[in-house]
Amino acid sequence: MAKGGKDNVHFPHRHLLGIEGLSPEEISILLDRSETYVNQNRRADKTTPLLHGRTIINLFFEDSTRTRTSFELAGKRLGGDLINMSVATSSVKKGETLIDTAMTLNAMHPDVLVVRHPHSGAVKLLSEKVNCAVINGGDGSHEHPTQALLDALTIRRRRGGLSGLQVAICGDILHSRVARSNIHLLNTMGARVRLIAPKTLIPPEVERLGVEIFHDMNEGLRDCDIVMMLRLQRERMHGNFLPSIREYFHFFGLDYEKLSNAKEDALIMHPGPMNRGVEIDTDVADDVGRSVIREQVEMGVAVRMAVLELLALNPDNGGNA
Amino acid sequence: MAPRNDVSQGQVAYVNARLLDPAAGLDTAGGVLTDGEAITDVGPGVTKKKAPKGARIVDCHGKCLSPGLVDIRVELGDLAATVEAAVSGGVTSMVCLPTPELVIDDMSEVEFVARRARKLGLAKVYPYGAVTKGLEGKELAEMGLLAEAGAVAFTDGERAVADAQTMRRAMSYASTFGLMIVQHPEEPSLAADGVMNAGETATRLGLFGIPKEAEVIMVERDLRLASLTGGRLHIAHVSTAETVDTLRRAKADGLNVTCDTAPPYFALNETAIGDYRTFAKLSPPLRAEQDRQAVVEGLADGTIDAIASDHTPRDEESKRLPFAQAAPGGIGLNTLLAVSLELYHNGHLSLLEVLKLVTSAPAGLMGLPAGSLKEGAPADLVLFDPDEGWKVDADKLVGKAQNSPFDGRPVQGRVLRTVIDGRPVFEPDA
Repeated sequence: MAKGGKDNVHFPHRHLLGIEGLSPEEISILLDRSETYVNQNRRADKTTPLLHGRTIINLFFEDSTRTRTSFELAGKRLGGDLINMSVATSSVKKGETLIDTAMTLNAMHPDVLVVRHPHSGAVKLLSEKVNCAVINGGDGSHEHPTQALLDALTIRRRRGGLSGLQVAICGDILHSRVARSNIHLLNTMGARVRLIAPKTLIPPEVERLGVEIFHDMNEGLRDCDIVMMLRLQRERMHGNFLPSIREYFHFFGLDYEKLSNAKEDALIMHPGPMNRGVEIDTDVADDVGRSVIREQVEMGVAVRMAVLELLALNPDNGGNA
Repeated sequence: MAPRNDVSQGQVAYVNARLLDPAAGLDTAGGVLTDGEAITDVGPGVTKKKAPKGARIVDCHGKCLSPGLVDIRVELGDLAATVEAAVSGGVTSMVCLPTPELVIDDMSEVEFVARRARKLGLAKVYPYGAVTKGLEGKELAEMGLLAEAGAVAFTDGERAVADAQTMRRAMSYASTFGLMIVQHPEEPSLAADGVMNAGETATRLGLFGIPKEAEVIMVERDLRLASLTGGRLHIAHVSTAETVDTLRRAKADGLNVTCDTAPPYFALNETAIGDYRTFAKLSPPLRAEQDRQAVVEGLADGTIDAIASDHTPRDEESKRLPFAQAAPGGIGLNTLLAVSLELYHNGHLSLLEVLKLVTSAPAGLMGLPAGSLKEGAPADLVLFDPDEGWKVDADKLVGKAQNSPFDGRPVQGRVLRTVIDGRPVFEPDA
């Protein structure tokens, strides 16, 4: 199959900073392209040299194993030159500002920067100072667009589409960039979104993003097609959000009893890494019939290949020259 | 224009002006005669023909002549740059806040500020004194001595006096000497992690919000403490509908409380943050549109007593950061008049009412010798065209700091000349 500019697939943005603002067509372009890479990634030879000679920098200001590895594999399978820069080894700790780091890297002529940062909006700020494509690998509590895309791809492959599905997102919505990107994507693609969490973990006026809010798992999960669990970000829990993990699991942890309210074939998803016994019962997480958590990881590589390809080969970013 | 501290001006007749003196309720064609540092005559009778022999004549060409603006909430930063920014905005007197860099909890600092400002000969600078030592909110500063040295009122600046007992004692003690406490109304524990107004915009941007209740909770507490102590309380930069309502009721109940707001709170709302614009990161944060409208109403019905610019200079390094890390605050001296005039152009207030909020009203609150055109008053004047349009370009504003939340905004109202103690200190470049 022809790829990479040859068949005129065009994604009309220089960067992927978030899902908010993307049209259903644009999301579909990314998902359709990802689909082709799923097949490629299951072959023995997983590479296509579309990004030969291109430089991709993974710039991570926050710890990450899976997202960074996923982008790394994606870049390498496309034949790009990829390096990892993490905060521990960079000069950011020496007091260099984000902007200085951006300018320095920019001078090295990278083609794509994949950026993760603990502060919302930092990736957008950085994108204004560089000449290359920027992919948001997660910024603060704002967005994590490739996670939402891989979730959508997983659902689409299992259910044939997204429109009309009832999706429940459960847990720490307040701190979650995954939740925000998923809310935007699922709403844009015509799914219906419910949020289930204790009131302390629901951000103010989030209903204006077009979601229904529940504080009772049994009610919220009723007749759902998809159950997305979020990781409880325990490192951010110093502010009296919850009395205890035990109490949280009792009311909001996903176990078979609560799950029985959802549709019989409801899919269970989790962006990882999981806190077993905190937000999800270990048997449920490992239920091969319903949990698609490992499939999400697989889709992640395919989605990131598609995003890297479409941005790197975008004419506004130097195109296919 | 370089200040000419040493030159005696003799007599100057500003003629053919639209005279606006909010203190006297005067809006008429006429002129102002000054002799040296003081106003010696004012009214329709001051004309070119009737001007005393030897007086220099300044033809105002029908433009507005009013007392120089009085700004009661300014962070000094670089003092020389800030007083230049002030006169470019028609501000002739201002009251500066204690900051961590300039704590003003000691008499020497009060005298230092006044002396340095006098030397520059531009806008007159009056200091606030700190309420608590080191602005730490624990032990009272020497308010009595600070007042004797020249502090006009007392505040911990951008920090709320958070501890209720400390605030109670501060108000009680200050009232011994008839001194006023100015509170930055924000309950710190509710604002702790917040970087903008709580609500839909913050939720979309993934930023932690400060609930608007953080303001009114502190105001309601302080009103109770004012009743308890008989202290004189002034609430700074009112930003929410609830606070306006609460203060309106308190005033109706006869409580001796006053308040001000700043242009961002009646001219902007939280959507100005857009895609993480750090110039729109302020303290208190920009609020929702209904709050903005309530602040306008509060200004129109007299609940809000004055407008202060909340001038907070920040360097580029402290603003070119991810939103949560960027320093809050915006400059406001340069645009105080033009943005305040929106209240007139939009039909909420008369021209004289707007001017009162930035001249005689704030001067009265702080007991400053300013904000009036009456005979004997200092010859602090601003000549301006209320209609001339211009676009705020932060890079081109006079002064050092460029962090204007109004960058890019089309405004109406241009300062044509600023006069301090009879000396012309600012005219715009042609």
